[in-house]
Amino acid sequence: MRKAPDLLYSEEEEALRAAVRDLLADHCDAPGVIARTESDAPHDLAAWKALADGMGLAGLLVPEAQGGQGATHREVAVVLEELGRAVAPVPYLAGAVVATEALLECGDEELLGRLASGRAIGVLAVGLHRAPGTAFPAVRLESAALHGELTGIADAAVADVLLVPAEDGGLYAVEADDATVTPQVSLDLTRPLATVTLDGARGRRLGDAQPAVRRALRAGAGLLASEQLGVAEWTLTQTVRYLKERKQFNRPVGGFQALKHRLAQLWLEVASLRAAARNAADALATGEDTDLAVAVAQAYASPVAVHAAEEALQLHAGIGMTWEHPVHLYLKRAKADSIAYGTAGAHRGAVAELVDLRAP
Amino acid sequence: MTDAAELRRRTQELLAAHPPAGTDRLDFLKARFDAGLAWVHYPEGLGGLGAPRSLQAVVDAELEAAGAPDNDPRRIGIGLGMAAPTILKYGTEEQKQRYLRPLWVGEEVWCQLFSEPGAGSDLAALSTRAVREGDDWVVNGQKVWTSSAHLARWAILIARTDPDVPKHAGITYFICDMTDPGVEVRPLRQITGEAEFNEVFLTDVRIPDSRRLGEVGDGWRVAQTTLNNERVAIGGMRLPREGGMIGPVSKAWRERPELRTHDLHQRLLKLWVESEVSRLTAERLRQQLVAGQPGPEGAGMKLAFARLNQEISGLEVELLGEEGLLYDDWTMRRPELVDFTGREAGYRYLRSKGNSIEGGTSEVLLNIVAERVLGLPAEPRTDKDVAWKDLAR
Repeated sequence: MRKAPDLLYSEEEEALRAAVRDLLADHCDAPGVIARTESDAPHDLAAWKALADGMGLAGLLVPEAQGGQGATHREVAVVLEELGRAVAPVPYLAGAVVATEALLECGDEELLGRLASGRAIGVLAVGLHRAPGTAFPAVRLESAALHGELTGIADAAVADVLLVPAEDGGLYAVEADDATVTPQVSLDLTRPLATVTLDGARGRRLGDAQPAVRRALRAGAGLLASEQLGVAEWTLTQTVRYLKERKQFNRPVGGFQALKHRLAQLWLEVASLRAAARNAADALATGEDTDLAVAVAQAYASPVAVHAAEEALQLHAGIGMTWEHPVHLYLKRAKADSIAYGTAGAHRGAVAELVDLRAP
Repeated sequence: MTDAAELRRRTQELLAAHPPAGTDRLDFLKARFDAGLAWVHYPEGLGGLGAPRSLQAVVDAELEAAGAPDNDPRRIGIGLGMAAPTILKYGTEEQKQRYLRPLWVGEEVWCQLFSEPGAGSDLAALSTRAVREGDDWVVNGQKVWTSSAHLARWAILIARTDPDVPKHAGITYFICDMTDPGVEVRPLRQITGEAEFNEVFLTDVRIPDSRRLGEVGDGWRVAQTTLNNERVAIGGMRLPREGGMIGPVSKAWRERPELRTHDLHQRLLKLWVESEVSRLTAERLRQQLVAGQPGPEGAGMKLAFARLNQEISGLEVELLGEEGLLYDDWTMRRPELVDFTGREAGYRYLRSKGNSIEGGTSEVLLNIVAERVLGLPAEPRTDKDVAWKDLAR
């Protein structure tokens, strides 16, 4: 058995959490996020700039020599917990994690530097639902120009550069100005998808797509568990608070055992998700037992986050059903997250392979 | 401050003075206790050195490497896990000196006389009476679900000393001599066919006042120390991957492909993932304790443990198909050790039904989490200001 993973938060990680939470309190309050989802610009680029540029968080995974902060997935996971708590509409997971991991695999210094500094937002042009290690579509390469359409690309609307797999097995960098990005009406209002259409776009070959995409999606899946933890934690905390205040039958409804037991069960699930998410972040950071840690975390996280958001809606009852109350943002994020980077079922399939519990 | 290096030095001194190969097991354990290396977080003179609890692992590792005998902690779990912390916290100096050493070395086995036929989840409603007569208390009543009662020298006992006050206020905590002629132990056969537990009938049992733990009427508070330690003991075991109930069923799945179905595969994978996450959650709890930040996860661990054990063992019986229709042995026995994963699938299935009942039902634990962790309002209490003798029963 490998050395036990460090499942706690260091003092530095807690300080980072506090700083991110403060920043999001200023930028991403719930009414503002709801209003923004209905505007032409659902992404909060001011918050992104403050996180990426102001705090230097875009480059956490990038070594200092390449213009980053040289931190690890453990710190990134803490940032994602906070972004999940706020359902912050910023391209952090897509840019600072998934696209960055693909570039780290390809070793492209120039683009890494641009992304790490926050000067550019990068997006990997692979559908959000694709699980690590599964097939993904590629565009045609004809006389050094790229042609084709890719759908379900999260945060592509704010990308400056797209990382596009092509049929020759390469991963190409395409400047967003050379592509047509069309927003899709998305279930998750705070992480909108888009279609990327390339019609003879110029691309620069970065390296092989297969290992880069695999690595990128694995990191995305593993760290998504921390975002899901943030979503679940916020919904549980808000629901507990609401049920202490809300009175019916002359008592706080949080005193009824039928509801207390549901919340206690949910608390246990969230506490367990914290261990699974920390384990995945630690495994990504140390490189030990990573595939299994990621698959376990994703197989566990999705049902918990969805359960938490669904319970929050039901227990908020009428007010939870309104557009005005933010719980729907969390439900939509949780449900979309349960498909992002592979469903729980897909990750259970990965577990089956990894621990030799084969299908019939 | 006693640090790891100091503990290593002391352990080596103990090993040099009492080489395990040439020393009687009990003599070695007594020497270890006297050297303060039994439970290093206990005070000096009581088997410890007042060192951080986390450093016990240092001593255990050195002793294991030297092939030293241990005190067979599973055999004396109730003494170690429940009686000892309570005696340490509430016992007089005399009581600590008298009981802790034989308890730790395993010379004297302990059992717990708490639950009664009429007081399960509502333990504080217990009706076993203790009446003061001179320097003694005379105890009458019936206790149940007492493991090790037939082996025990001593019991921790809670009894009603004042029926005229509300139930929590009229309880006192005692140490009961299990060899007293008024103590009758009868095996209680359970659904597995065996009898891990006993019923204990107490008839005019005389307990000297010097064997009282804590103040008269303060027994409920004293019992909290015992019960909190029980939940830690049941839920907080450290396991390797596939170390619990998921182990046998995973093994059967790998070795017997002819039993596999798609439905069972999906269910098994879900339970495998949940077992692994539960193991990680317990590991995280342990790391929090070591770091001096005890988390509330402890209350939840037993809930997860009970549900998983039940679902996994149920799946295993189903997986076995024709064999699942059989049972290894219904013979009435009194096992000395309880092993939830011992014996065969049918036994595991039946035994694990007790996991959501013993040591606090899952329903009560959910209340505890909701009220103490989440801060939700307590149940309305109709029994709070009512004298025990006037309660509905």
